[in-house]
Amino acid sequence: MSSAEKLIPRDEGFDPARVKLDFPILKNTGLIFLDSAASAQKPQCVIDAIANCYSRDYANIHRGVYELSARATANFEAVRETTQLFIGAAEAREIVFVRNTTEAINLVAATYGRQNVGRGDEVLITEMEHHSNIVPWQMLCEEKGAVLKVAPMDDRGALMLDEFEKLLCTRTKIVAVAHISNALGTVNPVKEITRLAHAHGAVVVIDGAQAIPHHRVDVANLDCDFYALSGHKVFGPTGVGVLYGKAALLESMPPYQGGGSMIETVRFEKSTYADIPQRFEAGTPDIGGVAGFGAALDYVSELGLDSIERHERELLAYATDLLAEVPGLRLIGTAPQKAAVISFSLEGVHPHDVGSILDHEGIAVRTGHHCAQPVMEHFGVPATVRASLALYNTREDIDALVRALQTVRELFK
Amino acid sequence: MSSDLRELYQSVILDHNKHPRNFCKPACTNRTAEGINPLCGDQLTVYLDVEDGVVKDVGFSGTGCAISTASASLMTQTIKGMKIEEAERLFKGFREMVTADPQSEPGDKDLGKLSVFSGVREFPMRVKCATLAWHAMSEALHDTGETATTE
Repeated sequence: MSSAEKLIPRDEGFDPARVKLDFPILKNTGLIFLDSAASAQKPQCVIDAIANCYSRDYANIHRGVYELSARATANFEAVRETTQLFIGAAEAREIVFVRNTTEAINLVAATYGRQNVGRGDEVLITEMEHHSNIVPWQMLCEEKGAVLKVAPMDDRGALMLDEFEKLLCTRTKIVAVAHISNALGTVNPVKEITRLAHAHGAVVVIDGAQAIPHHRVDVANLDCDFYALSGHKVFGPTGVGVLYGKAALLESMPPYQGGGSMIETVRFEKSTYADIPQRFEAGTPDIGGVAGFGAALDYVSELGLDSIERHERELLAYATDLLAEVPGLRLIGTAPQKAAVISFSLEGVHPHDVGSILDHEGIAVRTGHHCAQPVMEHFGVPATVRASLALYNTREDIDALVRALQTVRELFK
Repeated sequence: MSSDLRELYQSVILDHNKHPRNFCKPACTNRTAEGINPLCGDQLTVYLDVEDGVVKDVGFSGTGCAISTASASLMTQTIKGMKIEEAERLFKGFREMVTADPQSEPGDKDLGKLSVFSGVREFPMRVKCATLAWHAMSEALHDTGETATTE
């Protein structure tokens, strides 16, 4: 028995083995899936919700006077309210449906950013950002002659908050930061970051892609200005993401894309734009996807985010403890506040080889730079192996991972 | 451990991974090309010294997985002294071997030591690793100055 097993009691009310049965791909194949940070698997209820939408409730929304279209619209808008409650937004119109986190961040860069960032202004990000929270700001800064500043992290992969604070100044217009790092699992102090940024007059964009399936998010409490997330990371389908924005900010912003749904009136001389959130939702959205996304949020709420968080914290401690005993294994990312992600390297074995062998043993992990090349550079590695956890992972999954790593070591000894 | 894993990671491959041969820039080179696999971050550079249509010397540097490192190492050993056309023909044969249908009988391609990579055909995700150095070598032979990628 490892020390983690002795110290940390299991959450008796939450049974991950039973939860696993809700996910057909895990139930039917015996797959050990440790790549949920890339994209999570889908429970039956989400698959059913999508099928039901198309087989019973489907028509285009915000258009028809017929009953079916009205029902489809009501169902779609109900998910907006579900999302509002899920993340603690003050109003449903603060929820904008987009494709994914990447599009949500690009939307802010292309609208608020273009409107408010000028020559010599600064955008502040951190060293641990995913490429999707680097490149849109880089593009904006290049276009506007603004400067991209990067707050450093320490060798555990924790943000150096004092250095971050030093980089804030009156020229800082936007602060964009990950809630949880996808490559390291570091949980950033986003509430404190927001407070500091606001004190310098900057707006705060939080990349919540990794936080949303693991962590109770309350945007009102964080007081952040924008929060971006992807449905597919929280057990929903691909193709649906959310941008939360404070109503007053969204109202002040120009449209993102032009087209149907986002207008009030169209004349060849001049068109006027719809109110928020429709102003940012040009064209027919992913109606079936939004139905599935709503079911995913209901599923997570029913299991309870507190239970999920407790389970994952226990599993992370169990895994960290066992992996530390594997000879030659180096954990990459050991910040004091960590969630659901274990990045590591194995001495003398390239991550790609580790990934192939684990795959052969029926274990899916991600290997590579995790769309965070600056993080890899910081730790002096070309790539890592990343095992990421979700509510359906069990201690048995971790045991299998550790066993398979012994196979790797045996092969490469 | 299953046999196809052993087949992929044969002892020759593991040895060349641990102790890559010609893992340096030769004193005299006149053609160079870089190979990058954006998927896994493998990056290596192949250096050639080509005179009168013959590969007089060859070396490589960079980082990569066991398959790409061993493949680069064995490639440098094999093509040293070869005519350009021979090296190109060998690349073609090598590529055919690692992309062959796993169900088919292994063809007699006369690839000599390189046949240790025949197990790669069971692992389609690893074909790019096995061919990375070869793509770079081919690029260097034509020295277009471009970076070879496996994408």
